[in-house]
Amino acid sequence: MDNIPVTRSPNPDPVLRTEHLGCVVNEKILVEDVNFEVRTGEVLAIVGPSGAGKSSLLRLLNRLDEPTSGTVYLEGTDYRQIAPRELRRRLGLVNQRPFLFPGTVEQNLQFGPLQRGESLSKDAVDELLSEVGLKGYASRNVANLSGGEAQRVSVARTLANSPLILLLDEPTSALDETSKREVEASIQRVVRDQGLTCILVTHDTAQAARLAARALVLESGHVVRNGPINEVLHA
Amino acid sequence: MLKLMFSNQLYLVLAQALVAAIAAMVVVLLARRRGIHLESETLVAMLRGIIQITAVGSILLLLLRAPRWTSVFLLAAMMIAAGATSARRAKNMPGAFRVSAWSIAFGSGSVIAVMTWLGVIDTAITSLVPVGSMLITNAMNTNGLALNRFRADVLAHAGEIETALALGADAKNSVSPYVQAAFESSLIPAIDSLRSLGIVWIPGLMAGMLLSGARPVYAAIYQFVVLAMIFAASGLTSLVSTLLIRDGIFTAAQQLSLQPGR
Repeated sequence: MDNIPVTRSPNPDPVLRTEHLGCVVNEKILVEDVNFEVRTGEVLAIVGPSGAGKSSLLRLLNRLDEPTSGTVYLEGTDYRQIAPRELRRRLGLVNQRPFLFPGTVEQNLQFGPLQRGESLSKDAVDELLSEVGLKGYASRNVANLSGGEAQRVSVARTLANSPLILLLDEPTSALDETSKREVEASIQRVVRDQGLTCILVTHDTAQAARLAARALVLESGHVVRNGPINEVLHA
Repeated sequence: MLKLMFSNQLYLVLAQALVAAIAAMVVVLLARRRGIHLESETLVAMLRGIIQITAVGSILLLLLRAPRWTSVFLLAAMMIAAGATSARRAKNMPGAFRVSAWSIAFGSGSVIAVMTWLGVIDTAITSLVPVGSMLITNAMNTNGLALNRFRADVLAHAGEIETALALGADAKNSVSPYVQAAFESSLIPAIDSLRSLGIVWIPGLMAGMLLSGARPVYAAIYQFVVLAMIFAASGLTSLVSTLLIRDGIFTAAQQLSLQPGR
């Protein structure tokens, strides 16, 4: 596996920018005054201890939760002006648990395109599965997959929607070391081959160093550091 | 045995009520031994039940002489009370009372109206109110079951629902398996009642008709009529309530507002 973080020169225009983003639920601050930007082709790691607000921040970016302050700009447009379904297609989210739908691997990959009346060709399905190292798995029942395989299907399912940005929420935290490395390899391959912008939430700083070029550290819902991965992690 | 002990009709009825209540409380105590605590809920429900039914029995005496149109107000009040009762089964679900009241009113109200217009239900207050209340009660139970099942399924599958939303599904599609499951499971009692009619149970209405001298075959067919109306009212109620509550658990931005721990 290639352990060198993706260091492609990013586009100078931010593809995503948050402005004073915050969320308070039942008087508890989940995230407060978060400002950062991500450029096209960049891999940004969001790190921090448990309960720091990392997953809450990712849910705000995908607009699964509503910000109580601030907003997010996607390619310069306030994301509240984008239809939620289209926004979520463009900001593809991969959860900590894969939550595959009952059926075959291919049916899972077809789920997103079917929501907008499209379908993937057999070649497109095979290509997506090759990207995540699961060539030949299309007709397998998801009930028979290992944890690592299920998570890679989850990545492929999100990629089937052709997202602009891939949001990864602790994608390997429930996996053993071997499966974890397989998923990491799939992510690196996808980011490298497709030039995809990626925001990775992880509590594992070693994983952040392996996958990302830049990091943002969250503590108690606030950004405490933001910069190149080596500077931030060794500060 | 009780008849030998009590010659006064009132004392006999009270003794019968007490014995039946003791039987119910024995079950509650057995459940308690298994760590299931139903004591206060059952006690309150039984006390409410006895007070309410005694009050209604007394009111029915007055209603025998009331004009027919008063039954409309009585049935409307029952629908509102039914909405409030079954909404309690949908804890933390936004708009549960509104959804329950409208669904029960639509489900049972439309069946009562059509069947009264067709002459299946007699317009006499002594017929319309008891038959109508049976439809409303069963609609209430069905609604409670549907909301309870839907709520439990949504809370247990919040991850799957949000995954579907994150993949671009609209709110309606993301919960459609749970809407269907809630609808199907809520109708199990109504279907089983129809299926077991005459074999497992002889309902009270039929028993009452037989005691008042009706011919058994007429009493039996009318009982089927009532159960079929109950099924129609319950099914319509569940259909409407699951659709209304489905829309109520999402925000305008298609975010799932019913979340575990919130």
